[in-house]
Order: sequence, then structure tokens, then C-alpha cells
Amino acid sequence: MNIGLTHYLIVGALLFVTGVVCMASKRNAIGVLMGVELVLNGANLNFLDFARFNETFAMEGMVFTLFVIVMAAAEAAIALAIVLNFYNNHVSVDVDAAEELKG
Amino acid sequence: MDLAEFFFWTVASLTCLSALMVAAAQNIVRAAVWLLFTLAGVSGLYFLLGADFLGAVQLIVYVGGVLILVIFGVMLTAQGPFTSIKTPAGEWAFSLVVGFLLFSLLLACILSTSFETLRPTKVVDDPARARSATDLGLVLLGVDDAKVAGPSKLTMVPQRKRESMSYLFPFEIVSVHLVVVLIGAAYLARAKRRRKEQA
Repeated sequence: MNIGLTHYLIVGALLFVTGVVCMASKRNAIGVLMGVELVLNGANLNFLDFARFNETFAMEGMVFTLFVIVMAAAEAAIALAIVLNFYNNHVSVDVDAAEELKG
Repeated sequence: MDLAEFFFWTVASLTCLSALMVAAAQNIVRAAVWLLFTLAGVSGLYFLLGADFLGAVQLIVYVGGVLILVIFGVMLTAQGPFTSIKTPAGEWAFSLVVGFLLFSLLLACILSTSFETLRPTKVVDDPARARSATDLGLVLLGVDDAKVAGPSKLTMVPQRKRESMSYLFPFEIVSVHLVVVLIGAAYLARAKRRRKEQA
């Protein structure tokens, strides 16, 4: 069986879904962040997949993937800063304890 | 089964297994280690897709940067060496059902779509002529490849008339955005005196 677009798309879909499940089920705020990273990786895999298997999207897929990677790094930095701030105020990283925004 | 198929099945199954273990792991440190394997596997898939530069970027930025950041976050916020916040079984079952439904939906969409009309990009096997990083830089600059490099010099760019689409401005915005966000994160996470434990 030849490896084609569909195989990579299924891997991307699985990464996306595990990320969503991770975000929904984890109560640790850093676990939720890991779920976000999985979702972004699934999306990136789809971009590069279409860059490889669709000629008119060859370079654009790579450019968009690069942008998404930079955005993901920024998002991880700001999310961890918020988590650390939250831990300073509440001595916990349980997202269920985050009932108020002002610490 | 040739070598490319073998590598695809190995790397893809490893990536999927690690991703499932990230969601399944109760201990946050174990989840971080599974995330490491997942990100490395995704970079392997990038290499298999012919995106060498982005595979390297994935390894450097994600495995070397974001994951270290996450692990520092775990270490700075863990109360004990093996902290795990238990999820109630009801929430687990609910999220599993939602995830299963979402995956079935995506799978049905993927399998029912015909991609016959798409033509795959030509990837040159010769390492001296495969220059995906150079092509990426030229596309970011918006350089018209037909004028500068001549025909068939850019290996991955399709031979069609580009309307000199430049990604330089989005690139600048993204880089300034990253600087602003990192300064903001450093300001937000600065060391403060911890408030008296109230909970």
C-alpha cells in the first residue's frame, strides 16, 4: 500500500483528538497546556502534509507551519507565566481552583 | 514494503502511541516525557514529508525550547515529587466519548474525500539540489524565482507564475509579536513574595 495523503491526515487527526481529550480531561493546568501543544502539532502536520501532496501549496504550507511554531512558542511562554502567577496566588495548579480571575 | 513505508509506519505508530499516552498519563512528569517522544516523532514525520528545515526547527523549538519550559513549569509548581491531580471517572468517560466522536467525524471526512485531483510536489532526492531552507527564505522575501534563479533552479517551488507573494511583512509581525510576548511573560512571571496560604 502506497503511503499517501490520507495516512498522514489520519495521524494529524489522531494528534488533534488526543490533544482535545488531554485539554478536556486534565485538571493540572500544565497538562492542559500539553494538550494545546498536541493540537497545534496535529494542525502543523496537516499543513506540511498538504505542502507535500498538493503542488500549489508547496511553499505556503511550510511558511504557515513556521508561523504556527513561532506562535506556539509564544503561547507556551505566556501560558506558563500565567500558571506560575496562579500558583503564586493559590498554591495549586488545579484548573478547578481558578474560579476567580483576580488572585 | 520499501524503506519509506517502513519508516512511516514506525514513526507514525510511535507518535500516535506517545500522543495517546500523554492523554492517558496521570503523572504530569510522565506526560511530559511522552510529549517529548510525540514531538520528536512529529519532527520525524516532517523529515519524511520532505520538510527538512521545519523538522529541524521542530526539534530545536519544541523539543529544545517549549518542552524545557513545560518541565520547568512542572518543577516550579509541583508540591511533591510524584504529584498527580486525579481526574474523576465521570469526566474521563465524558471526554473519551467526545474524543471518540470527534475522531470518528474527522476520519469519516478524511476517508470520504477524494484527493485524486491534487498533484504531489516533486521532491528531488539529490541532496546537492534539494534546498528547502533556501526556497523557504526566498519565498519569505517574495523573490520572484523565475527572475533570480532561472527555471528549474528552485527544486520545490512549482513552475508556475507567482504573483510575487511576499511573506516578509507577516514574518516581521510574528517576530515583533514574539519579542513582545516574551517580555510580557517575563514581566508576568517575575518573582513576587508569595501571599499567605489561604486555601
